Amino acid sequence: MNAPLTAITMPKWGLTMTEGKVVAWLRNAGVSFAPGDELLEIETSKITNVVEAEAPGTLLRVVAPEGATLPIGGLLAVVGSADVPAADIDAFVSGFVVAEPDEAVAETAEAPAPHMLDVAGTRLRYLDIGSGAGVPMLLLHGFGADLNTWMFNQPAWAEGRRVIALDLPGHGGSARDVGTGDAETLRQAVEAFVAARDFGPMHVVGHSLGGALAALLAARKPDLVRSLTLIAPAGLGTEINATFIEGFVRAARRKDAAEVLQLLVHDPALVSRTMVEDVLRFKRLDGVADALAAIAQAWFAGGQQQVSVAADLARANIPVQLIWGREDRIVPVAHAQAAPAQVVTHVLNDAGHLPHMEKSGEVNRLIRRFVEG
Amino acid sequence: MTVKTIRQALHEALEQEMRRDPRVVVIGEDVSGGAGTEGGRDAAGGVLGVTKGLIKEFGETRVIDTPITESAIMGAAAGAAVTGLRPVAELMFSDFLGVCFDQIFNQAAKFRYMFGGKAKTPMVIRTMVGAGRSAAAQHSQSPYHIFTSVPGLKVVVPSNAYDAKGLLIQAIRDDDPVIFCEHKLMYDLKTEVPDEPYAIPFGEANVVRDGDDVTIVALARMVHYATEAADTLEAEGIECEIIDPRTTSPLDEDTILESVERTGRLVVVDEATPRCSMATDIAALVADRAFAALKAPVRRVTAPHTPVPFAPSLEKLYIPDKERIAAAVRDVYGYAR
Repeated sequence: MNAPLTAITMPKWGLTMTEGKVVAWLRNAGVSFAPGDELLEIETSKITNVVEAEAPGTLLRVVAPEGATLPIGGLLAVVGSADVPAADIDAFVSGFVVAEPDEAVAETAEAPAPHMLDVAGTRLRYLDIGSGAGVPMLLLHGFGADLNTWMFNQPAWAEGRRVIALDLPGHGGSARDVGTGDAETLRQAVEAFVAARDFGPMHVVGHSLGGALAALLAARKPDLVRSLTLIAPAGLGTEINATFIEGFVRAARRKDAAEVLQLLVHDPALVSRTMVEDVLRFKRLDGVADALAAIAQAWFAGGQQQVSVAADLARANIPVQLIWGREDRIVPVAHAQAAPAQVVTHVLNDAGHLPHMEKSGEVNRLIRRFVEG
Repeated sequence: MTVKTIRQALHEALEQEMRRDPRVVVIGEDVSGGAGTEGGRDAAGGVLGVTKGLIKEFGETRVIDTPITESAIMGAAAGAAVTGLRPVAELMFSDFLGVCFDQIFNQAAKFRYMFGGKAKTPMVIRTMVGAGRSAAAQHSQSPYHIFTSVPGLKVVVPSNAYDAKGLLIQAIRDDDPVIFCEHKLMYDLKTEVPDEPYAIPFGEANVVRDGDDVTIVALARMVHYATEAADTLEAEGIECEIIDPRTTSPLDEDTILESVERTGRLVVVDEATPRCSMATDIAALVADRAFAALKAPVRRVTAPHTPVPFAPSLEKLYIPDKERIAAAVRDVYGYAR
């Protein structure tokens, strides 16, 4: 083989994914592409998402046809420069090591699993992946979500740095007791977590309620926050979609849950039956309903946001960027105007309140560029 | 999150609810077990093994072994329930309902109504259903449809360990009498079950599988046979939607009707006998409320109208299997007027 060939393999999205299905190829074999170009669409039991090119290249051979189901790491396609002889591609494909079943088991055993930390009178779950000299990154999810909200992002950002996704109190695998659930309680928990793990200065990425928490953390611990990326954050205005908040807290049945979850996204097809079932399974656990109700009351009483972080952002002497979906139906994109002038704002088309899922490739690039440049 | 059997899931539900609420008691034949034997109390932990260990933590005032008299167990539980406890009573084999039906049918099920809504009867009756162990005609029946036909009773028929735990917790917290049917061949079936307590609401079916061609409604063990049949049929190009009602009373009619509105075809799979059964009830529901959507007659795959045979070869023929389910699906899928 005289020219370098690389493999596009089945990605792993989220803690529970074991295999994925090729829905459609969006580029044909022989076609060249640039970073960010959409290559193919993959469906898991939970979600469908697009795989984008990381680097420029030419799609030399599609190995997994549309409809094929592959395990994580399975060979999807071969890319390289256009002048590579077919024989070399053949050799690459036949020489590609497909994980043996027992190797797959070993891999699963070593696969990153979330950890628990007892701190400040509560118990927090977090997923810590990646290594390297890069400044670590902390991810804070929004109301009602958990660390799985970063399934399309965390692996992409974890090249050359640690990336730690936290379950906020009352959410995911963290303890259910949230006290009053107010901003002070949640911020203290995040601060205690960061102090206990001693990560040093971090890039902090927060979504929605987690965005407001990130801003509060930066204001309180300026030495610990190197930069802030706030995705559709709470705290920059008073409007909030009360139908969503109340509906999410109340929903106990599939139909109600599906209706409110669809408010989160621009394309309702993103809300699969499994996603709805996962939310219901979480909400059925003892203590979750009370935790969510307390947080909703403290942050969004009367259908109005009660927490403001505009002043905290204005004081922050660090790089801050905002990312917002133009079609956000939970926190209006107009709130971006409340940010201080030095804040860079990126508004993404065809995205709702979950741009990091709906436009994961674009958001991944924006954040990588921001923390690297 | 851990993988647990249905037996472990049920035990965990009982243990967690007994810790949470001192009013929850367990009563039945040998629910601790072993009294009078060399091993002593809890040597057996009940004939099903579900209640093993409870007496150690909760003592004999909350884990009550009874004489072999179902009428006394159910009568005591109904009385305890109206006077403030939350008993979980064990009717070992549902086939024995005949000797305690007055206590269930004419007492527990009627208290709330007869006392003008001033009485609650928060009792659970755990009981085994199902054929397949050559236990013969008097220990192999699936009479959940008999309980379902009684207003005032709620009836649960779980098909997996996740549902078993969440539905048993809901049954214990419910203020009405609940008949909780456990299939005797499914206790070792495993799935992921959260360690924390959780309750699954009654009357919400589980959609086990999505499909646009044929709706299959199945209960308990039949859910798994239906899934095997659907795998075979998928390879033939027939997409089945499988609905597991989880509770037969209340019944999630909307999920069944909405599915049939889309597929136009229905197969109901039921291990019970066919007359006046869940299969017949669901077929009638769809004929009544979704007739215009039907592209083919409704098909029922059930046991025959006979006692359950003892001979293993005959018992195998008696229980619906995946071949019969697949054949019924092919029939309705290929139906032409």
